[in-house]
Amino acid sequence: MSEVLVLVDHVEGAPKKVSYELLTLARELGTPSAVVLGKGASAAAEKLAAYGAEKVYVCEAEEIDGFLTGPKAAVLAQLITEKSPVAVLVPSNAEGKEVGARTAVKVGSGIITDAVGLTSDLVAEQPIFGGTVSVKSQVASGVPIIAVRPNSTAPVEAPGAGTVEQVTATFSDSDKAAKVVDRVIESKGGRPALADASVVVSGGRGMGGAENFGIVEALADSLGAAVGASRAATDAGWYPHQNQVGQTGQTVSPQLYIAVGISGAIQHRAGMQTSKTIVAVNKDPEAPIFELADFGLVGDLFTVVPQLTEEIGKRKG
Amino acid sequence: MNIVVLVKQVPDTWAERKLDATDKTLDRASVDVVMNEIDEYAVEEALRIQADQGGEVTIVSMAPDRGVETIRKALSMGADKAVHLSDPALHGSDAVQTSYALAKVLGTLEYDLVIAGSEATDSRMAIMTPLLAERLGQPQLSGARKVTVDGGTVRIERQTDNGYDVVEASTPAIVSVVEKINEPRYPSFKGIMAAKKKPLTTLTLADAGIEADRVGLASAPSQVVEFSNKPPRQAGQIVKDEGDGGVKVAEYLASQKLV
Ligand SMILES: Cc1cc2nc3c(=O)[nH]c(=O)nc-3n(C[C@H](O)[C@H](O)[C@H](O)COP(=O)(O)OP(=O)(O)OC[C@H]3O[C@@H](n4cnc5c(N)ncnc54)[C@H](O)[C@@H]3O)c2cc1C
Ligand SMILES: Nc1ncnc2c1ncn2[C@@H]1O[C@H](COP(=O)(O)O)[C@@H](O)[C@H]1O
Repeated sequence: MSEVLVLVDHVEGAPKKVSYELLTLARELGTPSAVVLGKGASAAAEKLAAYGAEKVYVCEAEEIDGFLTGPKAAVLAQLITEKSPVAVLVPSNAEGKEVGARTAVKVGSGIITDAVGLTSDLVAEQPIFGGTVSVKSQVASGVPIIAVRPNSTAPVEAPGAGTVEQVTATFSDSDKAAKVVDRVIESKGGRPALADASVVVSGGRGMGGAENFGIVEALADSLGAAVGASRAATDAGWYPHQNQVGQTGQTVSPQLYIAVGISGAIQHRAGMQTSKTIVAVNKDPEAPIFELADFGLVGDLFTVVPQLTEEIGKRKG
Repeated sequence: MNIVVLVKQVPDTWAERKLDATDKTLDRASVDVVMNEIDEYAVEEALRIQADQGGEVTIVSMAPDRGVETIRKALSMGADKAVHLSDPALHGSDAVQTSYALAKVLGTLEYDLVIAGSEATDSRMAIMTPLLAERLGQPQLSGARKVTVDGGTVRIERQTDNGYDVVEASTPAIVSVVEKINEPRYPSFKGIMAAKKKPLTTLTLADAGIEADRVGLASAPSQVVEFSNKPPRQAGQIVKDEGDGGVKVAEYLASQKLV
């Protein structure tokens, strides 16, 4: 069977869940090969083999972390030329899409983003317009590059050989045009990234102030969830902008989305409408968020949410 | 410092957005259109850099004829001039083809900086700047929440999941901005009047040296096979808090095996 390249999203050799999801999908299309780039890449090989990677292409060249996306695209393009895969899967998050886009230009391919499903003949399903229309599309020229959204499929283990191949890459000057001069960590982290999380708990204007976001964070932590916010909350400076969900924020499609004190404006929905299950807590029974909630609780978040957090704690024992 | 701002006209999110049943492209004719919101931030950022550094701000937009409305809005905010790429042959172009066409237009201009929005509300692809950077062999500085220009060096703060990266490049460079970067101005009455007299050049494919067989629906490297309208999500169970609301939610989550 022909090779399918999967661009692995990882932090110093620890693959993110989306990488396992992509490998699981790739097995339906051909023989998955993982592509791991940057610092710590070789440490990921064994974990990727557990999800079916027959080969693991590793490149730890310094340029990969020293410059924005150009060097990653160069390695990916080089592998496409050498291995002629049937398809390339990248995570549909900011970085995956950028690497995919640059690679598409380098090799003369088409690219599809935001796929949530993929058939064996490489037809991708994409929700558009905030999930109101579903499109099936296909790459018509070159090796298809398809960006797949996190949480599109459940990761399933299946052992692969995981043979490591070191890749020696050459980078052009334009690959190295945008230099990363500093990486600043602002939040302590520990919570999953919004785009990849399988559970997201978001707070809105109903939180009443930055000091109350602890209520949402406590619930998120009881569920191992990421924390999101509406634009009303980020604009007020109650929560960091990068946590904004919606039209001008991030698009999330988790298994579970809990909206706390969020009215459900159309621009907010645009970023969360495709979540599998939606739960809303809002004191206004007329809030539009209830129109799309699978379970809606009409009540005061300041009593309901702490009780929920406590109850989840109890159930976990 | 000469700056080009890429501005896209998109259907208003409030409008019922549709695909055209015959050729499966975005129905741009039957809906209200607006400037892609983040592009207003791109225009604003260009005007702020211009106020500091001098030079000219040029709007570039690829859109059907009515794209002029959006271009005028950008001019009324204070941009100096505009180039409108408009040709029926562009209909149905995908992102890769659009980047080819925009790169050709950029090739007719002299600039130090190109500023775009990070993402358009219609496509939500967020790949125009990497596509353009790769084509032009110019640096890509995407997702900027802050831009500083110092001579021939551009430096941005780029939002990450747990903080930000500082990324630097030499001009000419391609920057995309996120909404956090500034607060866009509203066009003043004076600005709106002035915009009517500002130079607006309309280019056809031939004017920009764009090869007709590299744009448009027929040769698009990605093709829509079919589409269907999804029934809107149905409201589920709504429960009023009687003092045990949190427990009720937990019970629901447990019933769905979510806890
Ligand atoms: C072009 C454009 C782009 C936009 N992009 C985005 C975007 O990306 N993301 C986004 O979120 N918004 C976006 N917006 C803004 C959007 O229109 C809404 O204004 C915003 O989502 C409202 O946020 P909210 O629901 O938190 O606030 P509100 O609409 O004010 O709702 C607050 C809710 O909290 C409830 N509440 C208050 N107190 C309590 C309590 N004690 N207990 C329980 N419930 C309580 C209220 O009943 C109310 O329903 C955009 C707008 C525009 C015009
Ligand atoms: N047809 C177009 N004309 C001008 N600028 C565009 C066009 N399409 C995309 N852009 C720019 O690219 C950004 C990202 O768009 P997208 O990749 O479609 O999400 C937009 O915010 C615009 O700045």
